[in-house]
Amino acid sequence: MDGEVIIGLEVHCQLNKLNSKLFCGCSTRQQGLEPNTMTCPVCLGLPGALPVINKKAVEYSIMVGLALNCEIAEHTQFYRKNYYYPDLPRGFQITQYDWPIASNGVLTVESDGGDRVVRIRRVHMEEDPGRLVHQGSIETSKFVLVDYNRSGMPLLEVVTEPDLRSPKEARRFINKLRNILEYLDVFDGSLEGALRVDANVSLKGGARVEIKNISSYKGVERALLFEISRQQNMKRRGVKVTQETRHYDDERNCTITLRTKEQAEEYRYYPEPDLVPLSVKGWEPRLREKLPELPDARRERFKKEYGISDDHAKVITSEIRVANYYECVAGKCEPRLAATWVADYLKGELNYRDMDIKDAFDPEMMVYIMEQLKKGVITDKGAVELMRALLDEGGHPKDIILARNLAKVETDVTKAAVTEVLKENREAIGDYRAGKAQAFNYLVGMVMKKTNGRADPSEVNLLLRELLECT
Amino acid sequence: MSMALYEESVHKTFDRIKHSRLNAYITLDKENALGTAKGVDDGKIAGRLAGMTVAVKDCITTKGLLTTCGSKILSGYVPPFDAEVVARLRNEGAVITGKTNMDEFAMGTSTESSHYGPTKNPWDMTRVPGGSSGGSGAAVAGLECRMALGTDTGGSVRCPASFCGVVGIKPTYGLVSRYGVIAYANSLEQVGPMARNVSDAALLLDVIAGHDPKDSTSVPHDARYTDHLVDDVKGLTIGVPKEYFGEGTDMKVEKAVWDAIMTLNRLGADYKEVSLPHTKYALSAYYIIAMCEASSNLARFDGLRYGLRTGKDENWHATFSRIRAEGFGEEVKRRIMLGTYALSEGYYGKYYLKALKVRTLIKKDFEKAFKGVDVLAAPTMPYPAFRIGEHQDDPLSMYMADVDTVPVNLAGVPSISVPCGFAGKLPIGVQFIGGFFDEPMIIRTAHTFELNTDFQKLPEGF
Repeated sequence: MDGEVIIGLEVHCQLNKLNSKLFCGCSTRQQGLEPNTMTCPVCLGLPGALPVINKKAVEYSIMVGLALNCEIAEHTQFYRKNYYYPDLPRGFQITQYDWPIASNGVLTVESDGGDRVVRIRRVHMEEDPGRLVHQGSIETSKFVLVDYNRSGMPLLEVVTEPDLRSPKEARRFINKLRNILEYLDVFDGSLEGALRVDANVSLKGGARVEIKNISSYKGVERALLFEISRQQNMKRRGVKVTQETRHYDDERNCTITLRTKEQAEEYRYYPEPDLVPLSVKGWEPRLREKLPELPDARRERFKKEYGISDDHAKVITSEIRVANYYECVAGKCEPRLAATWVADYLKGELNYRDMDIKDAFDPEMMVYIMEQLKKGVITDKGAVELMRALLDEGGHPKDIILARNLAKVETDVTKAAVTEVLKENREAIGDYRAGKAQAFNYLVGMVMKKTNGRADPSEVNLLLRELLECT
Repeated sequence: MSMALYEESVHKTFDRIKHSRLNAYITLDKENALGTAKGVDDGKIAGRLAGMTVAVKDCITTKGLLTTCGSKILSGYVPPFDAEVVARLRNEGAVITGKTNMDEFAMGTSTESSHYGPTKNPWDMTRVPGGSSGGSGAAVAGLECRMALGTDTGGSVRCPASFCGVVGIKPTYGLVSRYGVIAYANSLEQVGPMARNVSDAALLLDVIAGHDPKDSTSVPHDARYTDHLVDDVKGLTIGVPKEYFGEGTDMKVEKAVWDAIMTLNRLGADYKEVSLPHTKYALSAYYIIAMCEASSNLARFDGLRYGLRTGKDENWHATFSRIRAEGFGEEVKRRIMLGTYALSEGYYGKYYLKALKVRTLIKKDFEKAFKGVDVLAAPTMPYPAFRIGEHQDDPLSMYMADVDTVPVNLAGVPSISVPCGFAGKLPIGVQFIGGFFDEPMIIRTAHTFELNTDFQKLPEGF
């Protein structure tokens, strides 16, 4: 499918690390609040209430623009996007149109054939509308409820050029963007509704279809996969794809027609008279100085400073919390060993459990595990079991090693086990001597079983060979 | 000690309102008004407006008091907050009498389009008080309050001031907070004081003017307008913009305004004719901009959260469409539709952007004129108050009435209208227009004119 798929994204991210909404003093912390309790005349759009721009939101937006290698505007302006919808209390959304805060950026993501350079068309600020709540599903609900707590939440819309060539690249773009926003500390991607994506997708030479309402990270790839195969099927049957807007249904994993080109919305954009043009001339140098180390830079530093592989550095820096975790561990033990254990084992175990690293055991415990490994107190297998126990049940590694008998058995115990196994498996010895290699592995396995996995496999190997050669 | 001066006087005012035929008010707030008056009597409430009755136009939000904009669509809407200007009135001890009648959403020049019926002109009950702040104008002229707040988007303070024979100020855009003013055309409108004399208007302006961080278009600018109530125009140069005279202007109005200029000349001011060459485009530009903004500003009235909610709830589109169809009057619908059209793709550049260009030219006209003169003098309205119903079937002829007031709003400069004569028993107003934030100059000119003439009269029978 590569080569014929063209994808552009519009990513809406809530700047949910801000304290207050975009145009009023209401708090942005609203997880778990009763509906319509974090509102005021401004975000409810009551007649006469006026918006005032949150200066910090502008600063955050500029920092995002800089992190995405954009040009920052000297003058920026808000516009009204006019349309009627119950979640929009003023009948228009305050957004940007001409004069966005940042434009002409670039973000590179990995693709199967090398790096993919994705041009960023623009980054602009806008307010989130309220949230519609349906009883049951959208089709069967007899009424709709509106929660305006979300109304006025600061959003950043990042619009790419149609430079992506596969759903996988789109997913990578989203992940990288999320990662950068989290490095900048302007965004917490783990909160519900923090990120929403509209995707434009077409097959080469075909009409462009916009998919709206993709609200999960995994949904981006799934929605695009579905839509591309829908378009390819049409092409195969000789049916022309029409330009339209489709809605992504996450639960059923399909896209449904929302409106066709003829029903295209007419938003009557015009400059918001209540917010005067904003001059941000001269803000850039100060904010550029405030930029933290970003993922790519950190990856290079990790490679240099800790001598770890590019693959490990990439995995570790692709999530700020993992990178921070690793730095805590790497400073106190053998960094290369720690890289393997954080990037390969811990991340794998977390993914398996759908857990965030912030809910994992703390780095000090990881350091302890690394020390025990290094000293030969526990085996690799023991370490894995230990980590699983810590993730699933908590506790302290020292106690778990004792309770579960994870400490590596001494050499004489291993030797005894080997001798016993050889005695009990005459047949296998015969097979081995007859040249059947798997017989040796079988014997190793039997020893490990006898020692409950606590023997050091390399030691077992050595002892087995020794004894097999001389008896 | 039981003098209860203010309480008694407020009682009298409400008695007068009760027996009035003007229909100046939509909602009265007698209980709170008396409470405030009593507080002033008891020495518990003080301030620069302590005990003075002030009426507030119904498009200005008042906490706990019905606010309708003269529209059916805001039936039952009781705001949970005060507009900044109202908070400032309360802070200075003003007795707020109630909410005054107005053209629906301030769209009009006669107060006839109010859902609550027309207000009558105290000088002639068969005539309009002007608009859109007609209730405020009539209430001030008819002694139903000492002063009042109006809003001026295209002349809505100055027109009723002129028609009702009182003083009205349209401040520089950005001088007075718009927080809590229900928008008609928010890039044009300002809250302005109305009173029976320049001193009271200046006092009211002192109270409401000043920076408000809740309004991004509010400009930090400190001044005390009452300090400029001086009797002196010596050495000033008055500009007379020729485009404001001639065709379409009533002869009596022209004469009264020229007489006013001559009076000031006798008092030591110089005068000269100036040209504001783009004035002829002002009316078209004004209506395009105002209607475009209105189409967006009025989109929020969908009956979902407040205001009119009638009939059975159907789906979203059917329900809000029906509520808007029932809730808005003819003129409001006309302006929303025209504004929506003018902002649409393909027309935006042809109408809205072009109107903005005209606006810039008009602003430059004024800037240029003020390089050579201190203040401009012109008719406020081209004719005195017209009869109720006179323009009913011809909205365009009604729009034409705003020809002398709208350029000021497009430019954003301040203007004051003061009585300068009579056509029969109907008052005539002259407006003095100043440069940006030069309210001191227009107040000084108007005050001097007022002190040296005798046009501050009460209507017959009041």
